Amino acid sequence: MTTSKEQETIQQQFKERMDEDELMNCMRCGFCLPACPTYVESGYKEEHSPRGRLALMKAVIDGDIELDKDVENSLDMCLGCRACEPVCPAGVNYGHLLEEARDTIHQNKKHSLLVQTTRKSAFYGLFPHQNRMRSLTGFLSFYQRSGLQKAFHKTKLNHLLPENLSSIEKVLPKVPTRKEMKDRPSYVPAVSTAKKRVAFFHGCLMDTMFRQTNDATIQLLKLAGCEIVIPQDQACCGALHAHSGEKDGAKELAKRNIIAFEKLKADYIITNAGGCGAFLIDYDHLLKDDSEWADRAKQFTECIKDISSILVELDFHKRSLHLQEQIITYQDSCHLLNVMKTSNEPRILLKAIDNVEYREMEKADSCCGSAGIYNIVETEMSMKILDSKMVNVKETQAVTIVTANPGCLLQMKLGIEREGLSDSIRAVHIVDLLLEATNSK
Amino acid sequence: MITTEIKEALIHLVGTENYDDSKVSKLVYSYDATPQYQSMPAAVVAPRNKEEVAEIVKLCNTHYIPIIPRGSGTNLCAGTCPTEGGIVLLFKHFNSILEIDEENLTVTVEPGVITLDMIKAVEAKGLFYPPDPSSMKISTIGGNINENSGGLRGLKYGVTRDYVLALEVVLPSGEIIHTGGKLAKDVAGYDLTRLFVGAEGTLGIVTQATLKLVPMPAFKMTMLALYHDLESAANSVSKIIANKIIPTTLEFLDQATLKVVEEYAQIGLPTDVSAVLLIEQDGPMEVVQEDMKKLASICQQEQAVSVNVAESEEEADSLRTARRSALSAMARLKPTTILEDATVPRSEIAKMVVSINEIADKYEVNICTFGHAGDGNLHPTCLTDARDEEEIKRVEKAFEDIFIRAVELGGTITGEHGVGMMKAPYLHLKLGDAGINAMQAIKQSLDPNNIMNPAKIFAKDTRKRVVVTK
Repeated sequence: MTTSKEQETIQQQFKERMDEDELMNCMRCGFCLPACPTYVESGYKEEHSPRGRLALMKAVIDGDIELDKDVENSLDMCLGCRACEPVCPAGVNYGHLLEEARDTIHQNKKHSLLVQTTRKSAFYGLFPHQNRMRSLTGFLSFYQRSGLQKAFHKTKLNHLLPENLSSIEKVLPKVPTRKEMKDRPSYVPAVSTAKKRVAFFHGCLMDTMFRQTNDATIQLLKLAGCEIVIPQDQACCGALHAHSGEKDGAKELAKRNIIAFEKLKADYIITNAGGCGAFLIDYDHLLKDDSEWADRAKQFTECIKDISSILVELDFHKRSLHLQEQIITYQDSCHLLNVMKTSNEPRILLKAIDNVEYREMEKADSCCGSAGIYNIVETEMSMKILDSKMVNVKETQAVTIVTANPGCLLQMKLGIEREGLSDSIRAVHIVDLLLEATNSK
Repeated sequence: MITTEIKEALIHLVGTENYDDSKVSKLVYSYDATPQYQSMPAAVVAPRNKEEVAEIVKLCNTHYIPIIPRGSGTNLCAGTCPTEGGIVLLFKHFNSILEIDEENLTVTVEPGVITLDMIKAVEAKGLFYPPDPSSMKISTIGGNINENSGGLRGLKYGVTRDYVLALEVVLPSGEIIHTGGKLAKDVAGYDLTRLFVGAEGTLGIVTQATLKLVPMPAFKMTMLALYHDLESAANSVSKIIANKIIPTTLEFLDQATLKVVEEYAQIGLPTDVSAVLLIEQDGPMEVVQEDMKKLASICQQEQAVSVNVAESEEEADSLRTARRSALSAMARLKPTTILEDATVPRSEIAKMVVSINEIADKYEVNICTFGHAGDGNLHPTCLTDARDEEEIKRVEKAFEDIFIRAVELGGTITGEHGVGMMKAPYLHLKLGDAGINAMQAIKQSLDPNNIMNPAKIFAKDTRKRVVVTK
C-alpha cells in the first residue's frame, strides 16, 4: 500500500513527465484493439488494450484514479510490441508513453533488497560490460560442455526450476567458450571494391550467446560487397534498461554508442536484432531534451539499418541461394516490423532461396510473447500467446521457422519444445539460414 | 447505487470472474470512441448466456439500475458511455458463429462476434455480408445491430438493418422474445426486428441474431476521378445514378480533406483539385467492365480533370489510399477529432458541402468533409482541441447549423453513427415534438423504469451541446 502522500508525488511526476498532448491524441477509436495480443488473449479485456492503458495513464495525470496495483498490472501486462502504433489513425507514440510511465513508476518503487541487487547487477554490473557478458556466457558454455548440464538433467534437478525457465534452459543455443569469444578484428575489408562502408552493431547477447549469428552476419555483409568496421568501444543498446524503467542507464549507453559510431563515417550502422535496432533508431527520442546530444543522436539514428534491408539493397537475393527442399515460414520481430518498419526485406530474401517453399503464417506480424524478459516475468500470458502462435506455425507445415531477433528465436524454440516437435521443426535466425543457403550446393 | 446485496446477487449469477468493480475496470469502461464523454459505471458484468442476461435485467429492473450493453466501444455518439452510472454489460462470452445456413443464405451469430471475423467466415463459403463500417475489424455484430451501422457499400447494398432477419431479445421485463425468422416474407404483426435494430440498446438486449447473406460478387473494379470544382463532382454523382448505374462505392473527398491527405500521405494528388470521387463496382466481369467504361465517360463529360481506372489490385489499392488515409491524416493534425455524419438526399450533396464550408468560415473552425457521396452520407470532421473551451463553443454552434441545414435539405442529423448522447439535443430538428413523443411512448411501454441505456436518444434537458465534459 502506498500512502496518500506517495500517491500525490507519483501523480505529480506523471503530470510533469508524461506528454499530455500525445495522450490527448488518442481519440479512443479502438482501432488498436484487434492488433493487441494481450487484449485478444485476455479475452477482450479493455484494461489489457492500448486504448485502456492510455486511458489509465491519462486518468492518473488527471487524478481520476490512483496508481494502484491494478493500474500497474495493466501496464506490466503490455508486451511493448508496439503493434498498436502502425494501426493507430492518430499516430499516437504509444511506445514512448509506455516507457515514460514505466520509468516513472519504477523511480517511485521500493523494491525488496533482493530485487534491488539483482536489477543493479544485471543493468549496471553486467549488460554494459561486454567482458562480463563473455564471462557469464563462458560459464554457460562450461555448464553445457562439461557434463554438468547432463548431470543436472539426469538428476532431474532442472525440474526444480519453474516450468518455462526449465524449458528455456533446454532451448538455449550451444554457446561459444570463453576462448572462442576473443576480440574480433575492428575492420573487415570488402571482397573486392566496397559498395558500402558499414559499421556493425554487435549487441551484447548477440555477441556472446548468439556469437555464431554475428559471425554469419559479418560474412554475409562481406559477400554482399561491404567493408565493415566494428568499433570495440560500442556498448549494449540499452533497450532492456529502458523497457524495465532504467531510463537513465539507457541514456548513458546511448551516449557511449553515439561516440563509438559517429567517428566511423559509415554509410549505415547494421544490426541483426530487431529489438536492438528499434531501440537504437529511437535514440533521438531518448536524448531529445539533451541539447548537447539531440543532433548527434538524430544523425546516429538516420544510419540504423537492419541486415535484411542492406542485403536487399545490395541485391543479395539475386545471388544463387539453395537449400534442401522444405517449407519455411517467417515470424516477424515486432520491433523490426513496427518500429524499424522492415517487413518486406526478410520475405524477399527467403523467397529467393531455391527449392524452398515460403509459406506466410497467419498473424506472422503478431508478437510471439517473448518481448525481452516478458516470458519470464509474465509467464502465463506469454505462454498463452505462444500457444496460439504455435497453432498458426503448425498450420503452415513449415519445418523451419525463421526469425530476426534473439528473443523471438528463443521463444520459437521454446514453442517447438512445448509442442514436442523438436525432432521435426527448427527455429533459426535469418542470417544463419542465408549463410547456409549461400554455402550449400 | 449497487448495494452489497445486489453485488452478491450479481456475483452469484455470473461468477466472481465475470463481475468487476475495481477502479481500473470502471475507468476503462467509462468511455467509447466519442470525444470528451466519460463517466464511470458502478460495475462491469459479463454474462455467459441469455438466461443470465434475463436474470441480470430482472434484478436491475427491480432496483432501477441502468444497463449499458457494450461491444467493443467504437461508437461515435456516446451511445455506450455510462453517463447515468449503472452496469456495463459485456458480451465477450457471446462470441460464437452458431450457423452458416447455405440453403437459406443466412448466418446466425451471437452479438459479441467481431464483424470482420464473421465476414471472413461467410466469405470462406463464397457468401457475402455487405455492411462494412470502418471499425469492422473490431466492432461487434451486436454493436452494429444496436447502432444500425452503415459503411462504404451502403449505396448499392444497404446498411445493417437490411440484413437483419431475426433477433433474440431480452426485454427490460426479463422476458425473452424472438422476432422475425429465416424468412423473406413475414407480416405477422409489427416489424419488431426493425424496431430493435438501431434502438441503441434503449429497448432491450440483443442476445442472438440471424443475418441475411448474398452471393459473393465475382469481380470488382476501382477508379478515381479528380475535379476542379465541387459542382462537377456532384453532377457526376447525379448523372451516374440517373444513368441507372448503382456503384458499390461512391466516395467523396473535399478540397480541405485532400490538402490534409496530401500533406500526410504524399500520394501526388494535384493541390488545385477541389474534389475527388472514388468509385467501385462489383458483379459479373462483363457487367463491371461495361459499367466502368460508362462511369469513366460520365466523369469525363462532367469535366473531371483526370479519370484513372485501376488495371490491377495493387493499382486499385493505391487509388483507395486517399480515401483510406482521410481519417488518419485528419486525426494527426489536432488532438481532438469530431467526426459527424449529417446526411442529405444525394441530389443535395453539393449544396450541403457548400453550406458546411460557409458555416466553418462563419464560426472560424476547421472542418474537412469526406464521406459516402452515393448515399448522401457526409462526414464533416472538425479538427479542434477539447481543452480550448472557447473554440469548442464555436464548434458546437457550427455543428448545430450543419444539422439544421441538413434537415432543411430533406436530410437527417445522423446517417449512421446514431443519436446517443451526442445528438440527443438535436433530435427534435428531425422529428419534431410529435415524432419524439411517439418514440418516447414506445420506450415508456417497453421500459417503464428507464433502465435500458438511459439518457440516450432522448435529451434530458434542452441545452444544446455537441461536447460535454466528464
